[in-house]
Amino acid sequence: MTRNVRDLAQDLLYLIVLLLVPACLYVVFAVVPTEQRMGVVQRIFYFHVPCAFAAFLGVALCALFSALYLKTRDRRHDIVAHASAELGVLFCTIVLVTGPIWARPVWGVWWTGEVRLTSTLVLWLIYVGYLVLRQNAENPDQAARWGAVVGIVGALDVPIIYKSVEWWRGLHPRVLKVSGGGGLDPAMEKALMLCTVTILLLFLYLLIQRSRLGLLQEQIEALAFAERRAPASAGAAPHPTGARS
Amino acid sequence: MDYLKTVALVAGKDLRTELRSRDQVVTLLFFALLVLVVFNFAFDFTVIDFVTLGAGVLWVAFIFSGVLALSHSFQIEREEERIQGILLAPIDRSAFYLGKVLATILFMSVVEAILVPVSVLMFNYHFSAQVGLAILVLILNTIGFAAVGTLFSAMTTRTRRSELLLPLLLFPAAVPVALAAVKTTSHVLAGRPFERYASWLALSAAYDLIFLSAAVLLFDFVLEE
Repeated sequence: MTRNVRDLAQDLLYLIVLLLVPACLYVVFAVVPTEQRMGVVQRIFYFHVPCAFAAFLGVALCALFSALYLKTRDRRHDIVAHASAELGVLFCTIVLVTGPIWARPVWGVWWTGEVRLTSTLVLWLIYVGYLVLRQNAENPDQAARWGAVVGIVGALDVPIIYKSVEWWRGLHPRVLKVSGGGGLDPAMEKALMLCTVTILLLFLYLLIQRSRLGLLQEQIEALAFAERRAPASAGAAPHPTGARS
Repeated sequence: MDYLKTVALVAGKDLRTELRSRDQVVTLLFFALLVLVVFNFAFDFTVIDFVTLGAGVLWVAFIFSGVLALSHSFQIEREEERIQGILLAPIDRSAFYLGKVLATILFMSVVEAILVPVSVLMFNYHFSAQVGLAILVLILNTIGFAAVGTLFSAMTTRTRRSELLLPLLLFPAAVPVALAAVKTTSHVLAGRPFERYASWLALSAAYDLIFLSAAVLLFDFVLEE
């Protein structure tokens, strides 16, 4: 793909997201019927669930590109893995914020030890740890290797955490359904579908932009490094500090 | 065979250092004991049954002292760049990792072996559990904790904020071990039938296997210079 086609595709994606987001808002607040028992607050569900999908997609992509990076040592793979983890944390944060807002009026509590809540929180903590570790690495190469290791270990851990928290709550957990399950109105189902597509496209757009930004950052750093090296390598030329001493 | 010998050599090196200085296990032990004392104040064990809370209290002590052991594990390699010697040695990096895991397991086991009887006395608990099962439970979960902890510790020790970063990474990742450990320990303490917690033991064993093998595969990338 030439540069122009790629830019065009990105602009097109941007336009689609730009149109879809207000469309989603309109559908969620004006078209979809209000849920009988939960009332208006149920509408948060159309953002909450797609964001959860996006968060899991972020974790999965992070693990995938981490593995690819360790195999190929292509810096671009690491940049995508890093961007996926950041977006995973972002969307997971939205999930963790919107969840309690919904739970308070419906369940009567902000937070319970329910399996999905607890394991999502643990997942969020792991990937916050991933980002903090990367920040504390000595150089980009180390950050990439460490990030890849934690990204893979974290993704391996997710199903085990889910299983262990599920068992911890006992074999018969209280029936607390986050989603509407089978009793979803067709209009609600369509709205959920639309919101999921929108959020995932938004995720994709942000992922591309963040990866491009990462690539540019790397190029700038490389240029700055070359700049600093240039006068030093021209060793014969008189150096201002050298002249003084 | 040579591989196992290397693992034993690395662990033996750490044990020998420890036997000569005797600073680590003693510190760990007193730290873990301190955690028990704090819990002794925090909860009134004349009212609360030890079986209900004891397993949790014990594992908080083990995990906290375990983090100290783990961060020390690579600290001694960092000092005076001793790690360079290890990296130059013609040994498999994963053997070095497994040796470190083994040493950590041994240090944690010493703490556990002393702390369990002490807590039984301290909280006036009538110990009737099967010793063999109790040891199995402690060992299985200690392996999992040490396996992930050693992998992470090799990275965090290199940073300036290692003492903060290691728990930040390790605690969430070790949630399954912590849950399995507390659940099985409380079942063992209460002397409940084995079938009640067999699946938890299987979970711990699976966790050990998955992360030991993952870490053996990934450890090369952690130490690469």
